Amino acid sequence: MYIEIINEEFDPWQKLVEYKKSQLKDKNNIGACSVFLGTMRDINSGEDIKTMELQHYPDMTESYLEKIIESATKKYKIIDSIVLHRVGVVNPSDPIVLVASWSEHREEAFEATRQIMESLKSEAPFWKKESTDKGFRWVEPEVKISEDVNEA
Amino acid sequence: MYHSLITMIIVVKYFASISDALGKTSETIDVQQVKTAGEIWSDVSKNIKYTGKVMAAVNHEYVDLNHPLKNNDELAFFPPVTGG
Repeated sequence: MYIEIINEEFDPWQKLVEYKKSQLKDKNNIGACSVFLGTMRDINSGEDIKTMELQHYPDMTESYLEKIIESATKKYKIIDSIVLHRVGVVNPSDPIVLVASWSEHREEAFEATRQIMESLKSEAPFWKKESTDKGFRWVEPEVKISEDVNEA
Repeated sequence: MYHSLITMIIVVKYFASISDALGKTSETIDVQQVKTAGEIWSDVSKNIKYTGKVMAAVNHEYVDLNHPLKNNDELAFFPPVTGG
């Protein structure tokens, strides 16, 4: 498991290669890697977005990301999973979140990456503030808040 | 009826639109009786107009607003999360 909160632009593909080479180099039972990369759009709710500021709750963020990965690891036969998430000011097309899962077979990797990403969206304490021509606005959540976050 | 006098110190943190509405990111408050997260929210938000949903966490765990606070707890109020 690896979690990183990053306060500057990052190259997700370089991070993946570095992690694979350093932490998974002897894991020869890996047969699948599923990757999700979320990037910033320059349009939302019909308005042009100039930049976006990502805020988070230090300590709680890392703690919940750990719980989220642990929950996916318990449910699926995962060899390893990582989550990297940007904070600070991001620009259109910048990477925001990278989730990757490695497993022996594709199904577990696909499912674990999806579960981690969906749980992150509803539980991990991050908030987005968009800058438009009209000023700043906080982004509204797009998914229902999970009722069982304490069991994650 | 006899009430024992207690003093609790609670660190309260605010994030995102709630922090903007209050004009601060944290404060330390003294409370003289056992209070729930919701009662503290009513106290700290009485002078602001915030109509959105309020989430609460105590010591980095999500809690319901009826969760009672203990001395030296770290309480946080924030809107629904929007990461990813």
